[in-house]
Amino acid sequence: MSATAEPETSAPEIPSAIDLREEFESSGVKDVLAELDRDLIGLAPVKKRIRETAALLLVERARKRMGLAHETPTLHMSFTGNPGTGKTTVALRMADLLHRLGYIRKGHLVSVTRDDLVGQYIGHTAPKTKEILKKAMGGVLFIDEAYYLYRPENERDYGQEAIEILLQVMENQRDDLVVILAGYSQRMERFFESNPGFRSRIAHHIDFPDYTDEELLEIARKMLDHQNYHLDQPATAALTQYIARRREQPHFANARSIRNALDRARLRQANRLFETSKGPLDATALSTISAEDITASRVFGIKTRSEAAHP
Amino acid sequence: MRITQGAFSFLPDLTDDQIHAQVQYCIDNGWAVSLEFTDDPHPRNTYWDMWGHPMFDNPDAAALIMELKDCRKVYGDRYIRVVAFDASHGWESVKLSFIVNRPADEPGFRLERQETAGRRIRYTTKPYAADRPAGSRYG
Repeated sequence: MSATAEPETSAPEIPSAIDLREEFESSGVKDVLAELDRDLIGLAPVKKRIRETAALLLVERARKRMGLAHETPTLHMSFTGNPGTGKTTVALRMADLLHRLGYIRKGHLVSVTRDDLVGQYIGHTAPKTKEILKKAMGGVLFIDEAYYLYRPENERDYGQEAIEILLQVMENQRDDLVVILAGYSQRMERFFESNPGFRSRIAHHIDFPDYTDEELLEIARKMLDHQNYHLDQPATAALTQYIARRREQPHFANARSIRNALDRARLRQANRLFETSKGPLDATALSTISAEDITASRVFGIKTRSEAAHP
Repeated sequence: MRITQGAFSFLPDLTDDQIHAQVQYCIDNGWAVSLEFTDDPHPRNTYWDMWGHPMFDNPDAAALIMELKDCRKVYGDRYIRVVAFDASHGWESVKLSFIVNRPADEPGFRLERQETAGRRIRYTTKPYAADRPAGSRYG
């Protein structure tokens, strides 16, 4: 009731000066960035870009409060990078960041792929896309593998319809939602080339580099820590080898591959304990992953490229 | 004659920002909001046509405003109302409804008297607009 009954009393006062440092801390942006630094390993260029974006938005907000800026800046982004490089995770943090800065009202993330947007028959696509857009309003719409929306080989493909609706909403309702497109670098590049409308509406392109072997080891440690497991000394060495070998195999998906490998190692560890143990086990035994749990993996049976060259 | 039914109908028409605030209040309470329209504004007419589905899982009111704008494009010459439905156990009914769009010209109602046996009189109200066929009642 109050929203309708209350008359406008007076315009909010325009501050004469704004302390950016103070804003940075009070808005909670500092916490988000610190969390980002702490929780995400590697990704230095991504963190740098997010820091810059946060600074820009903070300044923009201060300018708006002083009456120097009126337009909402374009916030749509594209995240490119190989699978398992943390695009979805960063998108979640980005939603939180934008929410704390007040650029989106709710701060939730709606993660979709082509299937959620494009229908199967004529007249099915528009309501489907609209339904998703409505769900994402006040938050962030994350479109994973966005290039699948556009299928040039099939001119009757309904993806084009979804693209048109998306573009229209991205342009007209910039205050209501932020769209993040994600996918592999090269295919995204081709997607933008054939859909120039998208390129011009996206202000921030962030590229996610692959993780190095050391970073992946660090990530593995963190994942295990989280589940109250730990690697013993030989297991660490085995995992280092495993990462180097796994990288040469097809379908290597960075952190995701590591997570799957660890899941399998846990499986083997459980099996090993079950078969070898005689008598009660203590907490250390239950939470230690040893080298044989990792070296049993399939990748150790496959010759690496250097081994294949010099047998 | 200005039709008064639902909440806020004695107030001046709500602006879109005010509608947004009210709808957000409904959503924050966990009610499903939806739009309905009609060209038969008789108070006993509970069967308004639905515009799209009720929105059970949209956290932000911007979604409803978007639909409202679409609905106005098609049925801008009719009555449109927002309905907020509370699905929680024990309620399962409309908690709030208010008119968000009305025709430019509202002719109002006519009172009809029917004389029956014993000089008794039966009264009935009929909207003037309902004299014309559905779909061409306003404008």
